[in-house]
Amino acid sequence: MMKTEWNQEKQTLKPLGHVPDPPSKFKHYVTALFIIGLLFASAYQTEATFEELILGLPEMAKLMEQMLPPDWAYFEPIVEPMLETIRMAVLGTTFGAIMAVPLSLLAASNVVKSKILFYPTRMFLNLIRTIPDLLKAAIFVAIFGLGAIPGILALTFFSLGLISKLLYETIEAIDKGPLEAMTAVGANKIQWIFFGVVPQISAHFMSYTLYTFEVNIRAAAVLGLVGAGGIGHYYEKTLGFLQYDRVASIIIFTLVIVLIIDYTSTKIREKLL
Amino acid sequence: MIEFKNVSKVYPNGTVGLNNINLTIEPGEFVVIVGLSGAGKSTLLRSINRLHEITDGEIVIHDQSITKANGKQLLKIRRDIGMIFQNFNLVKRSSVLKNVLSGRVGYHSTLRTVLGMFPKEDIDLSLRALERVNILEKAYSRADELSGGQQQRVSIARALAQEAKIILADEPVASLDPLTTVQVMDDLQRINRELGITTIVNLHFIDLARQYATRIIGLRAGEVVFDGPVSEATDDKFSEIYGREISEDELLGETV
Repeated sequence: MMKTEWNQEKQTLKPLGHVPDPPSKFKHYVTALFIIGLLFASAYQTEATFEELILGLPEMAKLMEQMLPPDWAYFEPIVEPMLETIRMAVLGTTFGAIMAVPLSLLAASNVVKSKILFYPTRMFLNLIRTIPDLLKAAIFVAIFGLGAIPGILALTFFSLGLISKLLYETIEAIDKGPLEAMTAVGANKIQWIFFGVVPQISAHFMSYTLYTFEVNIRAAAVLGLVGAGGIGHYYEKTLGFLQYDRVASIIIFTLVIVLIIDYTSTKIREKLL
Repeated sequence: MIEFKNVSKVYPNGTVGLNNINLTIEPGEFVVIVGLSGAGKSTLLRSINRLHEITDGEIVIHDQSITKANGKQLLKIRRDIGMIFQNFNLVKRSSVLKNVLSGRVGYHSTLRTVLGMFPKEDIDLSLRALERVNILEKAYSRADELSGGQQQRVSIARALAQEAKIILADEPVASLDPLTTVQVMDDLQRINRELGITTIVNLHFIDLARQYATRIIGLRAGEVVFDGPVSEATDDKFSEIYGREISEDELLGETV
């Protein structure tokens, strides 16, 4: 029924005018080719081959065999370092988050209207983010010696970089209506920020902080590799002694903790926004 | 009293926003500014509290030049001028009461306001302001739970809590339906009459302008082309202001 109607209509319609050519797909093909080329070039340069991967399979199986069953008794001695890892993440995230607030305000072009202020702030934040966590930790270990302090500092700066970046971009996207209204009531700059900006970003700020905490738990677990405290030290030790069953225990423990924290944090973040 | 003395505004790209405006607005007047989009209504209104800077001339408010004011002086003049916006400009995630209280920040120290420690009198004043616009029961709701008309009334309450002597309303009803439009305009009129607050409103509905204004100012291409009482603002005058016949959509219609 529908079809015949459509056909009849089609016959009565005037012929179409000049139809523009559909856009060329050439660009997509070139992009695809470029990405494939890039993949092969990278593999060639790093001498990675599928052959090697397949030849390595039996080794992987052997390692898995040595890991199983995990050394269940080993959970007990790693509870304390695991708690230390969590504490490091809590402290690092908190300090970083607190410092991120003024910095992200300084980096936002709709709050600080002068380029002389917000460009250097952004440069500084970029610089912090460019240095990898492990390198930060290694630098702080060199300064403060082994232990949790360099780990906490590394996480503080990592959190600062991440939260500030997310936050200042959020600040730049806020509704400018309330800001205008606060200017109109005669608020000074600080009141303007607290009444116009802060309520618009506080939920985002909490969400970013929780997300950073999730990331920090995972980061904190490896910081011990460079001597910056936490569970990472035990990875190094057990791997060094080829105690793969114990490594398996640490991995399972870390996984459980990370999953619990990720799950809780995600749930809270869903409620926030 | 608001005085415009040879006020002009030229945008950096050379567009003339305001061209040699001379006006005196007396206390207690209900002035409606009409004109086409781009005629300079908004620029004129926003130059009064210096949300927009003028490039020439001077604006004097209660014998104080806002054009020359700076720092604390400017904030203090702004404190006495309430502003109502087309999009309400409330903080949507904050409570209605907090939005109204934000009108009080100019009266207290930075520290006190930032900590949210408003004196009890301020809270009373804010609740009274909400009562005056019939929205007291929403005091603790989040602003974004309210309808458009209710949000606009909250923003009027904010101006009242501010104890403003002048209220500027920039297209206050442009995002509202006809029924809420009348409610909001009634609120503005009541406040103007009961409290004697000088009210200046930008509108593009001309029947609305005639109904509420005590004085109409017509703008065209940044110049005042009409200034007089409502009785003089005939259809012909409006056609002059608009530079063409008045069309249907410039009338709000029967609900008024």
